[in-house]
Amino acid sequence: MNSDKIIEVKGLTKQFKEVRAVDNLNLNVLRGDVFGFLGPNGAGKSTTIRMLLTLIRPTAGNIKIFDKPLKEKRKEILIKIGAIVEKPDFYLYLSAYKNLEILGKISGANPTSKKIMELLQLVGLEKRYKSKVKTFSHGMKQRLGLAQALLHDPELIILDEPTTGLDPQGMKEIRDLIIHLSKEKGKTIFLSSHILSEVELIANRMIIINKGTTIVEGQVQDLLNSGKLKVRIEVDDYNKTMDLINNSVWKDKLNSDSGTVLFFNLVKEEIPELNKYLVQNQVNVSAVIPVRSLEEYFLSITEGNE
Amino acid sequence: MYQLVSIELYKIFKKWRTYIGFIAIGVLVPLIELSFYLAQKNGAHFIPRNIADTFVFSGNILNGYFVSYLILNSLFIHIPFLIVLIGGDLLAGEATAGTYRMLITRPISRLQIVTSKYFSGIIATISMILFLALMSLGLGILFFGTGALLVFKGNITVFASNDVMWRFIWAYCFSFLSMSVVVALAFLFSSLVENAIGPIVAAMAVIIVFMIISVIDVDIFVAIKPYLFTNYMQGWLSFFDDPVDYAEITKDALVLGGHLIGFYIITLFIFLRKDILS
Repeated sequence: MNSDKIIEVKGLTKQFKEVRAVDNLNLNVLRGDVFGFLGPNGAGKSTTIRMLLTLIRPTAGNIKIFDKPLKEKRKEILIKIGAIVEKPDFYLYLSAYKNLEILGKISGANPTSKKIMELLQLVGLEKRYKSKVKTFSHGMKQRLGLAQALLHDPELIILDEPTTGLDPQGMKEIRDLIIHLSKEKGKTIFLSSHILSEVELIANRMIIINKGTTIVEGQVQDLLNSGKLKVRIEVDDYNKTMDLINNSVWKDKLNSDSGTVLFFNLVKEEIPELNKYLVQNQVNVSAVIPVRSLEEYFLSITEGNE
Repeated sequence: MYQLVSIELYKIFKKWRTYIGFIAIGVLVPLIELSFYLAQKNGAHFIPRNIADTFVFSGNILNGYFVSYLILNSLFIHIPFLIVLIGGDLLAGEATAGTYRMLITRPISRLQIVTSKYFSGIIATISMILFLALMSLGLGILFFGTGALLVFKGNITVFASNDVMWRFIWAYCFSFLSMSVVVALAFLFSSLVENAIGPIVAAMAVIIVFMIISVIDVDIFVAIKPYLFTNYMQGWLSFFDDPVDYAEITKDALVLGGHLIGFYIITLFIFLRKDILS
């Protein structure tokens, strides 16, 4: 067992009557990772997270967290985990402060007033500490959710869609907070998200699952750089360019065109070759932009898996 | 465990729903006492007609003990409906609010969660019965004073003033036990669903059906009566017998105690195996 593995999942399966929500899933999260957990709706992400947090029992498979079996060492493990599972829900009839105080005590942390106020300040809710949670907006509850996940200074933070329902400013604040927790505090973060650009910006490693099983796992940049890229090429003479393309091997690689902007599906090494071909044939190329994003990668992977 | 129970009690007593029962008792009991007081001023004697025709009563039988006994007799059948409001919410309320996730992802076991909620539900129930005692017996003595207690249970028993208080104390203690069984039943139902209304209605329905069966004297119901816990809930009345049938009371208490433990074990079994999908 590699001691750098914070989460090690092997053959994880969950069967709900006729539906197999998670099917023989394997994944590894390393210490210090910001680990992106991706998959389309119904892929089994939330079910997996619920099994990692003992909310539901696996039908089969093994989960080890901090090198300990989750089933046998549940308490020892959970004391070192902070989590938001789907939307953060609180006791609406209690204040933000009281919610954190209660959750802190249950976590065995017995947080001081100072600690609670520091956390509320971290998530920008210090002025509303006395307000009942029922008066909070969704975004405020999300931020309070993050505060409760940090109450007992956990080593591992599991976040299930932490920016859902937030405005762009709120999303950025949460994203910055996650980066801060990873870079400054050295936390390991397991981040499930539908917002792929978010994972692309934050995560260093990721897994894509579909139909409850692993499609691909690895470094975000390696996965983005593998396979074909969509490349945007801007030229000055559309007709001449199209003549050249239609009479060459590049014809089959043309994806679409829109006036003087053309899109090609290319492997990384082909980009300079195409550029060279156009320039040598007196076409002025003003821009060559690989536009491949995690979103496109995600779609190509998950659609290929349908 | 002490900390968990105190947190659960804090949560219970911060909810508006918890106070419905207290408010109902707080309004109803003084109203009943006021009506007794006014009726007494108007010359009512509170003795059943058939008894008044046979015996001659001198003095006033209306005192704090008598009022409290009458209130306990008439309200005891309704108190369970106030108790289930607490029990039905204990687990299902967390599911409805989505706070199950917050609780179960903490480093406490499900056994601790169930046990702390179970005990806090019982403590809340006992506090409601204590409030009933305070309102009926306390206010009764305050307004009407003390005196001999006349009990009409087929025959007439007169207890001297100094022979009454201990009977009330034991009767209320027995009430703690019977109402705890009610809260435990609602708690059990609460573990099955994710909405508090269902367990509250289900527990009320069970109590109503069982109580109806308990009072209808047809052969088939008589045969199943010993198996209904509601049949043993009126055991507190035995403390107002002379002599007190301790063997009967002990039997009733053991049956109720068995239900109390049984409901807890079933709830625990369900909750330990439950997938939290809310």
